[in-house]
Amino acid sequence: MSVAKLRVFRGDAQGGEEKEYEVPVDEGMVVLDALFYIQANYDGDLAIRWNCKAAKCGSCSTEINGKPKLACKTRMDSFAEGETITVYPIKAFPVIKDLVTDVSWNYEVSKKIPPFTPAEDTEWIMYQEDVERGQEFRKCIECFMCQNVCHILRDHNRKDAFAGPRFMIKIAEREMHPLDVLDRREFAREEAGVGFCNITKCCTEVCPEDIHITDNGIIPLKERVVDKYYDPLSWLLRKIKGK
Amino acid sequence: MEKYETHTHDVIIIGAGGAGLRAAIESSAKGASTALICKSLLGKAHTVMAEGGVAAALANVDTKDNWETHFKDTMKGGKMLNNWQMALYHAQEAPERVRELEYWGALFDRTKEGGINQRAFGGHTWKRLAHVGDRTGLEMIRTLQEKGIHSGIDVYMECTITHLVKDGDRVVGAFGYWRESGKFVLFRANAIVLATGGVGKAYKYTSNSWEYTGDGHAMAYEAGAELIDMEFIQFHPTGMVWPPSVRGILVTEAVRGEGGILTNSEGERFMERYDPERMELSTRDVVARSIYTEVEQGRGSPHGGAFLDVSHRGADYVKRKLPSMYHQFMEFADIDITKGPMEVFPTTHYVMGGVKVEGDTCSSTVPGLFAAGEVAGGMHGANRLGGNSLSDLLVFGKRAGEGAAAYASGKSHASVSAELIEGYANELREPFNNTQGENPYTIHQDLQDVMQLYIGVFRTEENIQTGIDKIEALKERARTLKIEGSVMFNPGWHLCRDLKSMLIVSEALARCALARKESRGAHSRVDFPESDDGTWGKLNFIVASKDGVMDLETRPIVEMPDELSKLFTEDK
Repeated sequence: MSVAKLRVFRGDAQGGEEKEYEVPVDEGMVVLDALFYIQANYDGDLAIRWNCKAAKCGSCSTEINGKPKLACKTRMDSFAEGETITVYPIKAFPVIKDLVTDVSWNYEVSKKIPPFTPAEDTEWIMYQEDVERGQEFRKCIECFMCQNVCHILRDHNRKDAFAGPRFMIKIAEREMHPLDVLDRREFAREEAGVGFCNITKCCTEVCPEDIHITDNGIIPLKERVVDKYYDPLSWLLRKIKGK
Repeated sequence: MEKYETHTHDVIIIGAGGAGLRAAIESSAKGASTALICKSLLGKAHTVMAEGGVAAALANVDTKDNWETHFKDTMKGGKMLNNWQMALYHAQEAPERVRELEYWGALFDRTKEGGINQRAFGGHTWKRLAHVGDRTGLEMIRTLQEKGIHSGIDVYMECTITHLVKDGDRVVGAFGYWRESGKFVLFRANAIVLATGGVGKAYKYTSNSWEYTGDGHAMAYEAGAELIDMEFIQFHPTGMVWPPSVRGILVTEAVRGEGGILTNSEGERFMERYDPERMELSTRDVVARSIYTEVEQGRGSPHGGAFLDVSHRGADYVKRKLPSMYHQFMEFADIDITKGPMEVFPTTHYVMGGVKVEGDTCSSTVPGLFAAGEVAGGMHGANRLGGNSLSDLLVFGKRAGEGAAAYASGKSHASVSAELIEGYANELREPFNNTQGENPYTIHQDLQDVMQLYIGVFRTEENIQTGIDKIEALKERARTLKIEGSVMFNPGWHLCRDLKSMLIVSEALARCALARKESRGAHSRVDFPESDDGTWGKLNFIVASKDGVMDLETRPIVEMPDELSKLFTEDK
């Protein structure tokens, strides 16, 4: 059994430092197992969020060797023999303690998105090909890693103006629901700031569920918004209806 | 004592998985001021891990299906020990509860006609499980979460409830701490719904998430409520086996529902010997025992499991219907399930036993205390059918929310004894103050070994008794725990109370397992291999705290009325 060296961020909102640990590595082990080992054998108070340890709940998002990863899904054998593994909290959100960050902002944003709204007299028939677009977005496990790498949130900290990729696909999913009748284009533009996204696709790259956030979610949403606001006919109709 | 926050609501719901969310939605809809308290972030609860589907006799695929058949399947699967009233409500109301999710935005897989698609599952006569690939639980929790946050519920995230507060006979509040700050918090309420799930984390190999530490079972027990059927814990037949790090992670029954075949090291499709009629889609208790026996008798796979193969369905089909399974094996075990078999072995999955409740409102034996979902007992009897837990939490989540709101209505909030609260706070802070004591992580690991070894798939008097002795020793050691660090987000400290809950529930499991001298459903006694319908089949076990000691009594099952029992005789 080999031994791995981990350097883990220990600290809180006031600051902190890396602490080094040596952890024996078993076959198939993941970084989360190594953190458990640290808790049980060295520092019982090492804080990390986790729930399922099966890549289904999206709780254990961290930055491992500088890359956003689910700790439960990052295998120790993906590192070179003797390579030091650093584990840090995700950067776009304030640190609470060690690897735990304050992600409550996401829950506030989520609440603002107008819910699924069917027509009063909906006949509940939907075909597989009609639900598939929405189903792709509903695979989201809310790990918030897309929020974490989005440079509008991470580098420019524009949480005041941009809802982030996770919520772009949530709006898109509602908009594409075959039985939804609400128009969220104004919300997408004004409240969620869809225009801020300049399609660098960093979010798509880190998605553990392989959701095509940009291509299938944000770009079609941008197109819908454009259709509404910049299509001359729509513009004229808005003028007439006074909306 | 140190300062703490107080919140006041008509109804508080502890646990925010499917049952808790559904209860909160209903309670709020009935006009009660409702709080939903979750140990993790909202939407991370164990329901998120449910895979195969939700059972409801929608009859979209097999048009002959109806509630009568679902009721019969559930009772037979539970070896007739189920609370028939609950099984009846469940079968009758599940279809509407599932359709309701669709009204709230869920996108289930579709039939060609545009209805909700349904798949086959063990013990269900017809294709009955509404599903979304193999991530049905995620779809359900997101749908309920979305409905919930727009329903005027107050959601308190990352808050652990450790004590139910009573005034005389009835519960009047709940006390606990914020995980983040470690500070204490009191919720005053006129009705409390427990929706805390199960206790799989007492076992070494489990499909359950960290939250499954039996908190609700333990708090109800400590508050004087009765627990029922605690000897029945379900070992899901198919958990991952290799590598060690992922041992126990669930391999959905949908693999078999979609045609997966089980074989042993000799290439034999061994289910032919155990249940030739239903084969791989036999009930979970039977399939789990069969795999266990094959391995015990030397016909296991290289890492001590059975082979489960679905590759004959073709790569496209497997990836479409079982996408998470495909990724899970690819990423954790370097195995491509579209090309070859998986290795599987039983894993601790679900506790059938729980807080004894009335089917109508989910009220427990303590006034003001309700329970729904896995923490409640009785619905599934001696063995739960796959898919019936997701429907259970919808049907009884709704009923509990309704029941709690009605109970709370018009009541004024009782006073909470300051002395009581100070006692709870001191108890919780103790591990920080102890100069010497055990590491909670060590005791937890020891408990997991004990439960795995002695209260497992097959049981004997001798090994159960050994298990009980060892649990007693662990309880003693767990009296004095010591932890490091501050009160802020301190997992070691969090484990101290979780450990206490697991020890209580483990003891209840073991004591009931020892007392039931027959084999029934998930409870398999090597020394009493037969089911004894005349005696044991007519009795439930009730666990309750009597003067601080765990008391066990048998109680005759409630017989179902003639018009229902007729359904079973007509069948013969």
